[in-house]
Amino acid sequence: MAVTEVDVRKIADLARLSIPPASIPTVAAQLNGILRHMDVLQQVNTTDVQPSTGVGADGMPLRPDSVAPHPMNSTAPSLAAESRDGFILVPRLATHEDL
Amino acid sequence: MLPNIIDSISEAADRAADREYGPDGLNIVLATNRRAALDNAEKVTSAYGSNGDAMPLVGVAIAVKDNIATLETPTTCGSRILRGYTSPYEATAITKLRKAGAVVVAKTNMDEFAMGSSTENSAYGPTLNPLNPAHTPGGSSGGSAAAVAAGIVRVALGSETGGSVRQPAAFCGVVGVKPTYGRISRFGLVAFGSSLDQIGVCARTVHEAAAATYAMSGQDRYDATSANVPVPEGPPPVKALRGRSLAGITVGIPAEYFPDSLHSGVRARCDVAIEILRGMGATIKDVSLPHTSLAIPVYYIIAPAEASSNLARFDGVRYGPRWNSSGDLRGMYDATRTEGFGPEVQRRIMIGTYVLSHGYYDAYYRKAQSVRTLIAQDFASVFAGGVDVLFTPTAPTPAFALGSVNDPYEMYLSDIFTVTANLAGIPGISIPIGRVDKLPVGGQFLAKHFDEPTMFHVAAALEAAMGEEANA
Repeated sequence: MAVTEVDVRKIADLARLSIPPASIPTVAAQLNGILRHMDVLQQVNTTDVQPSTGVGADGMPLRPDSVAPHPMNSTAPSLAAESRDGFILVPRLATHEDL
Repeated sequence: MLPNIIDSISEAADRAADREYGPDGLNIVLATNRRAALDNAEKVTSAYGSNGDAMPLVGVAIAVKDNIATLETPTTCGSRILRGYTSPYEATAITKLRKAGAVVVAKTNMDEFAMGSSTENSAYGPTLNPLNPAHTPGGSSGGSAAAVAAGIVRVALGSETGGSVRQPAAFCGVVGVKPTYGRISRFGLVAFGSSLDQIGVCARTVHEAAAATYAMSGQDRYDATSANVPVPEGPPPVKALRGRSLAGITVGIPAEYFPDSLHSGVRARCDVAIEILRGMGATIKDVSLPHTSLAIPVYYIIAPAEASSNLARFDGVRYGPRWNSSGDLRGMYDATRTEGFGPEVQRRIMIGTYVLSHGYYDAYYRKAQSVRTLIAQDFASVFAGGVDVLFTPTAPTPAFALGSVNDPYEMYLSDIFTVTANLAGIPGISIPIGRVDKLPVGGQFLAKHFDEPTMFHVAAALEAAMGEEANA
């Protein structure tokens, strides 16, 4: 299952990363160099083996479905690079020229 | 009697701020806050009068890996994308340690987002091994292990996803603990691989490591995966264990952890440790964990998959700086993540995104989760067969030289003896068992889920029996 240059562009797009076109062959080679070591797993018979979804024997415990105070000592907008009037500021999603 | 907390914390804060340990030196410490440390020392002093019995770590200065949230110093995860970021809340583990009387004096360097085995992947430069600055301290909690080895503090917090406390502890000649998954709340630990992550401890002695581990333990309303199990009493001091018999304890020696390729010096030190255990009355039993060789492929599918999801939140909207904020929203996301994340983090995000993408999920991610089950079953089978603890080398070699491992997969292989415990969720501890060419060698004990008491007991007994030989 070799990673192609098309795959690299698609994965980078999904991961919100910008990879310069000149670097795409190198990235593909690196990923293939790592993923070829994973191919050994295909030889393992996992028929009737339940995939682990965690490490606890009892699975994920449930907690009461109730609102609890979060132990914050400052407001959420203080986390952001830009904020105003208690809201987080971000660039426009689109401009009028795009519409 | 109340120890002089203010003086001892002041001295530790001075050590942490020493240029020798900053970017011009060993690059162990990323941040300090002397004023906050002294304020907290005063609070401990005040609280001790009314609550001293409940403060097992009174006046203990601690250093904290920079992916664990603290209020009075930044939490950067060793990354440009969180440069200058200070958390608005602190980790539950920190809150519990402060209640136990400990005081944070430094934040320590680390591989970016805990992705690495050498602390060379930090955006703030590599940490050097205090025992030999030409070598790495291991990673990703290399700054914390080095802080203990250098004598800045006696106890430091790290985090484990695949061995990131035990491996650097072995490389730096200190004790390193990875508790059972669920023993310590992950609230405030910046998430890397959520089904694997645990906060761990580097310390001078098993006793100190156990005391810090138990002080942080217990169920937490802010982490649904923290377990509702009783927190044990701490182990007795080392002196009480010297010469103590291990009769009735069965120590399993898994063949897969002693391959032909194992460094001969590491093997020799392990052989010495095994003979000491036998001499103390432990039953030594050869065992097999047949799926061990699959652990690295499994880990390097599951951990990047979880990381690609967890790190999606770092996009310039919240948390730290943003790049290209004059462009559109998508442009800001891409520019922030590309400029903010280093090469290894980007590589793992790419791998994780790939193995979770349509068409590859079953072949990679689901397959890895199934093999993970087999690895966990290996341990369950051995422990069900009467083994109390397993003994193995912590890492296949002593600390390697800075810049000497450039192939990503070769670097991943340095975790080969530690990732299994994270995949199975069991506890592990590395203790010094001697030196090879003046570099420390670590021996590892692994135990059943939530059986830290037996693990600490056997490790402390070996530590006491080895004495000075462990660091010679």
